[in-house]
Amino acid sequence: MAILIFYIIIFVAAFYVVKIASSFTKSQDDFTSLKTVTFGDESAVTPNRAASFISVIAIFAIWAAFTGSKLIPIHVPGPFVGDLSFSYTAMNSSGETDDADVTITVYDVQSGVIPDKLEIEPGDGFALNDTDQIITYRSGLIKVQKNDVGGKDKEYKVVAVNGQEISPEQEVFVDNARIYMTRKGTLSVTPEKGWQMQPVWLPAPETVWSRLVKVGSEGYKNFTLWEHLGWSLIRVIVGFLAGAIIGIPLGYAMGLSGWFRGWFDPIVEFMRPVPPLALIPLVIIWFGIGEQGKIILLFLASLWIMTISARAGVSGVKISKIHAAYSLGASKWQIMRLVIVPNSLPEIFTGARVSMGVCWGTVVAAELVAAQKGAGMMIINASKFQMTDLVIMGIVLIGVIGYAIDILMRISENYLVPWKGK
Amino acid sequence: MKGLSINNISMRFDLKNGSSVQALKDVSLDIDEGQIITVLGPSGCGKTTLLNIVAGFLAPTEGKVVLNDEIVQGPGAERGMVFQQGALFEWMNVRSNVAFGPRMKGMSKSEQEEKVKHLLEIVGLADFEDKAVYELSGGMQQRVALARCLANDPDVILMDEPLGALDALTREKMQGLVLKLWKETGKTIILITHSVEEAVLLGERLLVLAPRPGRIHKEYQLPFAEMGVNMDLRDVKKADGYTETRDEILSIIWEMEEEIMGRAEEN
Repeated sequence: MAILIFYIIIFVAAFYVVKIASSFTKSQDDFTSLKTVTFGDESAVTPNRAASFISVIAIFAIWAAFTGSKLIPIHVPGPFVGDLSFSYTAMNSSGETDDADVTITVYDVQSGVIPDKLEIEPGDGFALNDTDQIITYRSGLIKVQKNDVGGKDKEYKVVAVNGQEISPEQEVFVDNARIYMTRKGTLSVTPEKGWQMQPVWLPAPETVWSRLVKVGSEGYKNFTLWEHLGWSLIRVIVGFLAGAIIGIPLGYAMGLSGWFRGWFDPIVEFMRPVPPLALIPLVIIWFGIGEQGKIILLFLASLWIMTISARAGVSGVKISKIHAAYSLGASKWQIMRLVIVPNSLPEIFTGARVSMGVCWGTVVAAELVAAQKGAGMMIINASKFQMTDLVIMGIVLIGVIGYAIDILMRISENYLVPWKGK
Repeated sequence: MKGLSINNISMRFDLKNGSSVQALKDVSLDIDEGQIITVLGPSGCGKTTLLNIVAGFLAPTEGKVVLNDEIVQGPGAERGMVFQQGALFEWMNVRSNVAFGPRMKGMSKSEQEEKVKHLLEIVGLADFEDKAVYELSGGMQQRVALARCLANDPDVILMDEPLGALDALTREKMQGLVLKLWKETGKTIILITHSVEEAVLLGERLLVLAPRPGRIHKEYQLPFAEMGVNMDLRDVKKADGYTETRDEILSIIWEMEEEIMGRAEEN
């Protein structure tokens, strides 16, 4: 919640800062800037690159600020580390009261340094001073009954903390800690946790980076990082190609022959809305958890998309083009090769882009279920050992690769079908 | 016998609701080699159906089309088509588009190249061989379409509103080009149009079709196409009889359109 509010504040603040900053620089009198109607004119909306830049920075800054990263100097308050102390008032069986101090060392276990136990004077009276050590984000029970003289007596009880009255199932706040009394009268101390995320929930960016460097050089679970990612990619490519090799001719046949369309329409239309993930259990039962099963799953994921896009490509041929080709003396085969296939390429490319995206998502999911190597296997395995840094690293890499695939497809599309949309 | 003859063509097709549409009824027409004929009529009179039958894309329910003593049974290279727009192959450059027909015939590369160069010069697109068709303006694209059709050296050129999508100025220029090509190549041309002006200017013979059922309503023999070969088309429009002919045909078409509207209202 705090993070969301923080984010919205940055969003609004950046908007005004950039607006004020840009009012000082001379604006260009290009055509769009001269338009008076821009609200509702989609062509007048261009992405503000400053906003994109700040957006990315903001995500990393918030990530760093809420994880106590060393990358930036400002952080939200972290968990309390150091010594905290409070005093309590106990009442013994004879109705006398006495005060004693408790000093607690709170330390970060991640730092690897375990502090020495504090030496303290027990003090006078029946209530004796006590000390303990608590790891950050944890809480500890201070067993004053054990420490104090006569603490085992039935009537012995703690009546106040730092002068504030306390009774079972009540809490009192002291400096840097919350003190809660259990039903049996024991004090439970929870040091201030701050606003930062625990590393087990969200590690700092540099932790993720160092994990990447480490896994990149040492590998993970018997395979290098590149083998994990490479295997995922190979599965996607093989599955996609298999789907395209069968799907495109099938789509053409459905676009060109009534018998084929009639025969395959029910199958394609039924299988198309079935999410490939729903097929994972069946594929595992039929083909096992090896490569064969995964490739068949990806084949099924891309097959229907490619079939439908090829069919749409054939239906999209303007009849005048076909007529023109016939009256120029083309044979059926020549029309297929020189008119129908090139005319359907833009549709097929769109289908291929969608299909690659779906395959990439499916392969990760399939590896989550069962695999010995692959990006999905890496993160599901890491999550079992609470290696959140590796999980986040894997998610980022999966995102980067998916994005890269899409960009590559778009570049090859521009290169191979330059007439698209013209 | 040389020439194109359309014998008692009727075209009727059944609709899904059980009724049937008589698109054409007993249309007969003999066209000599080298004539240019324009076909005019209100929408729904079967102009395009007629052209598609001649091209061989549709089979008539009755009658036959005979070209140079051969019955038309399907599309063929001896009957070239020029469409309104968008019938060029975007994935090929201008050269490959124009050379499409010769390539289908198995002509050698050098012959194709020569033919393309020659034709592009005629249509005024010299040195445009390597351009992509989507880079050209609408008028230029239609020039390519004309060149592509001519490259196949057809006996008859069928034009289905070839200039319909062009702006007025480009259209006027293209009308001049059509007449020039007609004279230079001596091809038989059937041109369908919506524009009365264009039909009067370009047609040696002008057919007005009537709707429901589609039939030939009236035929004109006009001198303006011949005049337009050597004259500016704007001067042809000032020639004797042009305005009268245009207005007469215009009023016929108007009358038909109103009749159609009236019938639609009755229904």
